[in-house]
Formats: sequence, C-alpha cells, structure tokens
Amino acid sequence: MSTVTADGGGAPVLEVHAEVDARRTVLDLELAEGQTVAVLGPNGAGKSTLLAVIAGLLVPDRGRVRLGGVVLTDVERRIRMPPHRRRIALLAQQPALFPHLSVLGNVMFAARSAGVRGPAARTDARRRLEEVGAGALADARATEVSGGEAQRIALARALAADPRLLLLDEPLSALDAGAAPPVRRVLRTVLAGRSAVLVTHDPLDAWALADRVVVLESGRVVETGSTDAVLRHPRSAFAAELVGLSIVRGIRTAPGIRVPDGREVPAAPAAPAAIGAAAVAPVRPSGVRVAGPAEGVPAIITALEPRGDVLRIRTDLVAADAPPWAAGELREGDRIGLEIDPGAVDVREL
Amino acid sequence: MNPGARVPAWLIAIGALGILFIVVPLGGMLANVDWPHFGSLLAQPASVSALVLSLGTSSLATLLCVLLGVPVAALLARLRFPGQRVLRALVLLPLVLPPVVGGIALLYTYGRRGLLGPALGAAGIELGFSTAAVVLAQTFVAIPFLILSVEGALRTAGSRYEAVAATLGARPSRVLLRVTLPVIAPALVSGTILSFARALGEFGATITFAGSLPGTTQTLPLALYFQLQTDPAAAVALSLLLVAVSVLIVGVAYLRRGRMRVL
Repeated sequence: MSTVTADGGGAPVLEVHAEVDARRTVLDLELAEGQTVAVLGPNGAGKSTLLAVIAGLLVPDRGRVRLGGVVLTDVERRIRMPPHRRRIALLAQQPALFPHLSVLGNVMFAARSAGVRGPAARTDARRRLEEVGAGALADARATEVSGGEAQRIALARALAADPRLLLLDEPLSALDAGAAPPVRRVLRTVLAGRSAVLVTHDPLDAWALADRVVVLESGRVVETGSTDAVLRHPRSAFAAELVGLSIVRGIRTAPGIRVPDGREVPAAPAAPAAIGAAAVAPVRPSGVRVAGPAEGVPAIITALEPRGDVLRIRTDLVAADAPPWAAGELREGDRIGLEIDPGAVDVREL
Repeated sequence: MNPGARVPAWLIAIGALGILFIVVPLGGMLANVDWPHFGSLLAQPASVSALVLSLGTSSLATLLCVLLGVPVAALLARLRFPGQRVLRALVLLPLVLPPVVGGIALLYTYGRRGLLGPALGAAGIELGFSTAAVVLAQTFVAIPFLILSVEGALRTAGSRYEAVAATLGARPSRVLLRVTLPVIAPALVSGTILSFARALGEFGATITFAGSLPGTTQTLPLALYFQLQTDPAAAVALSLLLVAVSVLIVGVAYLRRGRMRVL
C-alpha cells in the first residue's frame, strides 16, 4: 500500500483512503492544491472505483475522503456527504449532455441548481462556453453537436459548477483521433492551477495534462511519482508497457540485473543501485537485438508484433526490435539469444 | 420495406389472417351504424351523461396513475431492496388479473363491509357505488401500464444523467424534476395515454365495485352494454364514438415517437 505524496510542501487538498471489498480494492491517493494527478492502470484496476468514491457515488466498505480540510466520507464515523454537496464535478468518457436542454441550458444547470437567477447564470454560462471555444454553439440543441464539441461543452458545464475538484474519467477515449487534440488542448489550459484527478490509459494524456502519475494494478497503487519519473523510468509492468518498454525485476549484480530464474541482463556499471539490492529495470526494445541461441542471453519468443517500420519480438525476458522482414525467419516458441545493449537497461533500486 | 428482409410465404398468409381478424369486426360495426339517426342517437341524455362521466373519471384516474405510478416506477427502477421482484410482480398484478376479480378485491377493501370500510365509514367516507369508486376501479386496472412504461424508460436511460446532475450540485428532488422526468418524458406521455385508454375502457372492476347507476357510476362502456339490450342502434353509435376516441389515442401515442413505447 503506497501513497502519493503531495509535491511542493503544503497540506494535500485531497486525501483518499478507500477499501471496496467487492472489487478487492485498497487505494490511497493524495493530491496537492492546483495539481493534476493521472491515474493509470489496466481495465478493472480500480480507477473508476476510485473516482466514484471521491465523487460520493460509491460508499467504500472502509475509508475516508477529505477535500480542502472537509471530511466528505468517513465510513467509521458514518459521514457520507451526498454528491451534490461535495463541489466535485465529474467529466466522464461520454459527455452525457442533458438531451432535453440546449447547450446553454446544460452549462447553466449548475448555477440554476445553486439558485443563481436566469440572467446571471446565462452570462456565466456564455463565458464558460467561450472558455472552451464553444461560444458559437450556445443556442444549439445538445443532441446536435459533434462528439468533440459535446465533450468541450460538458467540460464547460462542469467548470460552471465552480468545483473544488475536477474528476476526469477517460475524457478523450470516446473521441475520434481527429477530435481528441482540440479537447486535449482545452483541458490543458483549463487544468492549469486546478485540482484534478484524471483517469486515463493514454500516456499522451498523462504527459500533456498531469503533474503526477499513479499506477493502479488489481486494486492497489503499484507506482507513483512525477509524470516524468514514472513514464521515463517506469517500475511497474503496466507503466512500462504503456510507454513501450519491457520491465525486468531481480537482484542488482556487478554486470547487470539477475532475474529469479538466473538469467542476467547486462546494465551500465554506473546504474544507481547497490550490488545485491532488489532492483527493477525498464528495458528499451530498440536496444535489444535477436541473435542465435548460442549468443547473448537465452530467451524464448512468445509473440511477434509487426509495428509498421519495425517488428517487435516479445520473449519470456524482454522485448526486442528487428526489421520487419525478420518475421519470415522467426516463430513463436523459437529459442533465441538476446544481445542487450547495457545502455538500454535503466536499473533502479526497488 | 426493409431491403433484403425475407419472410416465409406461410408467415405472410397467417399474418394477413391475423390482421383481418382484428380489422373485420370494426367493419362489421361500421356496417351497422344507423347513419341517418347517428347524431340524435349520440345526443340522447343518457349517452351524453355517460360520456361526460367516462371522460371525467378517466381523466381523474389517469392523474392518480401518474401521481402514484411515477414514484412506484422510480422506486422499482432505481433502488435495490429485498423482495423487490415479488413486489414488482404484485404491483403489476392488475394487468393480468380479470377486472371482475379486481373489482371484488376493491369491494372487500374499500366497500362498507370491507377491510377499510368501517374506518372510512367512521370518517364519513362512503366509497361503494359512488363516482369515487369508479375512479378507484379505473386507477387500479390502469396503473400497471404507467408503471411499466416509466420503469422501462428509467432502466433504459440509466442513471448517468442523474450522476452528472448530482455532481453539478443538484439536489435529488431537482435531479428528478429537471433531469430524470424530462429525459423519460416520451415514455411518461405514452404511459399516460395508455393508462387513460385503459381507464376509459374499464368495465369489469367498475360494475363489480361501483355498480351501474346512470349519472353516478354508469360509464360509457357500462351504458353501452345495457343499451345493447334495449336500443342496439344507440349502442353501435356509442361504440363508434369509443372507437374514434381510441384511434385518436393510438394516433397520438404513435406520433409522439413513431412507435409506442409500451411494456
């Protein structure tokens, strides 16, 4: 069980501890004021559970949620502030614009719910729409706009609630390749200085939008750190896979890192890990070459993945890259040798 | 026609037979309408008072169906509680129950010697054989239609709009009135129309529980039934009026969304 600690001192604005037995989830999360944390992880890792607990849509079996010093959920103390009083807005994968309202009516919804009068709410809503570049759509029906527009309008609607915290649940994943970049740009502007939790499976979103990254696997936090540290030097298999790296775990030795079955992956001697320490190493496939079974480190091919200009060869140890034509000579199950460039192995103490 | 869709020839033959089975009786009735006296047959005081009573009681019953049925549908669609399936089956029972049985059930509940009769009597309320009894009988048989169509729409719509509305700071009542109900409005309208139609056609429960007192409890279907024995021409004219009302109802329900959202 690990915890994301807030950057830059100061008390965290958001603190979460959530245990949900039915989903075998035990999660901890902290977020510093004005920061965005990206929550990465495979399907079923507990990302949506985490957001639902924070928003108050799901009560955990045990746990607490504090936002800006206010206790929103505390199961032991029987505190369950209902979602509408939390000042936490949610932007989901589907924009879910209210189909019976106009675009402007959607964006006015939060202000009207808070008792703001029509004209004032309307003025604010128009300003929010301008902010996301959808000012021209104010009078359109909510059902008439495109997917990318709808998501920007949903963002404006969420911001109009003046939330203390913004939850973003894969906000770009339902959009076409062409529609995502403008929405991502708007999100980047809007998230600057706001406290937000962003669930995503796209490293690009994490790079573009998040200050910190938390990686979840099977209902646990397995890795946490600044976006740069996690995505450049991943320690978890999921984060490594996400950025196209293989991950090796073992013991640091003089020539490199020894995995439990005894094979040894060479690494640069200057790597920051003491000999004999438990270590983890992301390995760059472009620094790994396939050779004959007698050469390098022995391995067995588990899969061949053509990736356009390169053939990625997955093995029981690390992945290797080869020219596409190598696909004609290699098969799954082949015993091969891997020639690994020590410079492609990034050993860190665990 | 759906291009590429093919059905076996025998299906067309049997289907055509089914359509004739439904349509021909309407023709049989139309063929027996006494057109020259149609207006005067309808304008008989007994017919007019039955029609007015029917429209009034059916409207009231429909209102009761909406007021009571929407909350029931919301509870069934949105909450999880033990015994929910059994409760759902019970609530929908009037749909499959013979209406006369429904009338007997009402009689032994609200009637003078019924379960609640003494209590109601003590409060000065006498329901049996009154216009209020007609409304109760109609509500009893019609409310499942409203519950079914609203509950189905609530399940189809899911709760994502409601979750979003809550995170935008809307209290549960506001979510219900400003998001949930508008989103399912088409189903609410067609459910309302169906309930009205069912209430308007109600016969068995009404005659059992409310009797057939002209001007007080004798609704159009009851008047029709008794008139058939004394004045068949007037009965046919009244039937045609009910057909016209029904066609209007079905038409409105269809025009709403191109199809009826029932069951």
